Amino acid sequence: MTATLKDATAIVGIGQTAFARHLPQSEKELACRAILAALADAGIEPSEVDAFASYTMEETDEVEVAKAIGAGDVTFFSKIGYGGGGSCATVGHLASAVATGQATVGVAWRSRKRGSGPRPWKNTAVQLPTPGQWTRPFGLLRPADEIGMLARRYMHEYGATRDHLFNVAMACRNRANANPAAMMYERPLTREMYMTSRMISDPLCLFDNCLETDGALACVVVSAERARDCRQKPVYVHSVAQGLPAQHHGMVNYWNDDPLSGPAWTAARHLWKQADFGPQDVDVAQIYDAFTPLIPLSLEGYGFCGRGEGAAFTEGGALEMGGRLPVNTGGGGLSEAYVHGFNLINEGVKQLRGVSTSQVPDATTCLVTAGEGVPTSAILLRS
Amino acid sequence: MTTTSTAADELLLPVPDEDGAPFWEYAAQGELRVQACAACGRLRFPPRPCCPHCRSFDSEWRRMSGRGRIWSYVRPHPPLLPAYAAQAPYNVILVELADAPHIRLAGNLVTSADAPLDSVDPARLRIGARVHVVFTETGGMAVPRWILEKS
Repeated sequence: MTATLKDATAIVGIGQTAFARHLPQSEKELACRAILAALADAGIEPSEVDAFASYTMEETDEVEVAKAIGAGDVTFFSKIGYGGGGSCATVGHLASAVATGQATVGVAWRSRKRGSGPRPWKNTAVQLPTPGQWTRPFGLLRPADEIGMLARRYMHEYGATRDHLFNVAMACRNRANANPAAMMYERPLTREMYMTSRMISDPLCLFDNCLETDGALACVVVSAERARDCRQKPVYVHSVAQGLPAQHHGMVNYWNDDPLSGPAWTAARHLWKQADFGPQDVDVAQIYDAFTPLIPLSLEGYGFCGRGEGAAFTEGGALEMGGRLPVNTGGGGLSEAYVHGFNLINEGVKQLRGVSTSQVPDATTCLVTAGEGVPTSAILLRS
Repeated sequence: MTTTSTAADELLLPVPDEDGAPFWEYAAQGELRVQACAACGRLRFPPRPCCPHCRSFDSEWRRMSGRGRIWSYVRPHPPLLPAYAAQAPYNVILVELADAPHIRLAGNLVTSADAPLDSVDPARLRIGARVHVVFTETGGMAVPRWILEKS
């Protein structure tokens, strides 16, 4: 095999709308605003866009978006499944399309009105018969219930505690408190608030859950050659991976032989195999955090520590600025905005441009991951 | 796939698919059965058309002892669908079967087959606790519930 995606493409533009519990604009308008902002950031005309990638859960399709922004002829379009598991794959698909000459300017986006819109789990009429028939009647209704089940077992097997989960929530909140765009910008968190907050699905409390958010984000991918002529410093797509492990069952991975070894492990093997560097060389990480337990599980999966060591890894400020691995430096899904993880991609780009509100000094490498606990994806970025 | 409508004030009923239907048919007879490959004998869950080990499409449904241990559990609190919110916080347990520990069934720990989902004192929920299956009739279906071995 001679073809490689390594550094063949770069993210040259990022854009976002405001994040709020309620925004008046439609998802379509928010998508267009984020995409146009990303193209303006890159200094590329909308008429040059010829590739689109988003999530299967994205309600705004490429036909509508291309028409609205005035794109030219589109030669590549792609949708990735599994909700937040698809975030990084949108960039990966565009990188593949651009590197192989199927397109020249790719846009990935996610627009979502989860703050003011309906909660998907309430629509029981569309619950899938499998695996819904094995879980929903018993009251496993929401993602929080499904991940809570894994979290309890993880705590039991490895001695993880609520204090470890608090370390994750606190690191994200501290970064959000420095980020004026974050929903939790002026809302500090304390250990007492965390420990006395209401339970959502015991052992997970309110602060173990991501934010209900309205908002949209987008980024622009072009070839490395083209990137050198763009307005912004290129952020190279160094390695990309998707992961759907053998005998995986999605959010309810309870029937796998080893439910605590999730899709992160599969994605990580491919991601590192294609890369020139390893976990020890990552300066900053944006790790998908729909729920706090996903961070220790991902730290293990992506090789920052050993199996069962993810909770202990969070001790001593390891995830904070100046720690072993600063994470979710915009505040993440827990405290910046929950837009199916797309804000983690853009935050990774900001870090490697050197313009994050919680800038890791001289950061040149960043891991971004998509939803753990579902078929997932990840990208390694470098400047 | 059959569709079953459930009123907003009732617990959700299982919506069996073609592969899962035998589980619910045996449950209606008070039997806990798990799909097994008729060729290599390996048990699998959730049910599916083909054995992932030997790729045989022949399957049979093997009766389990109905005993197991709690592998993990959660206690959901609102916001929840109304029928579940009315009983919250309740428990959902994951039971690893004594006959096949790699097969884990989601269910509820209750004091008796027809007791509410919140009938067991939360202090009694413990990973590793031994449980056995019972069945409750609801909406024309038999749904498994779980009882602690030691009361």
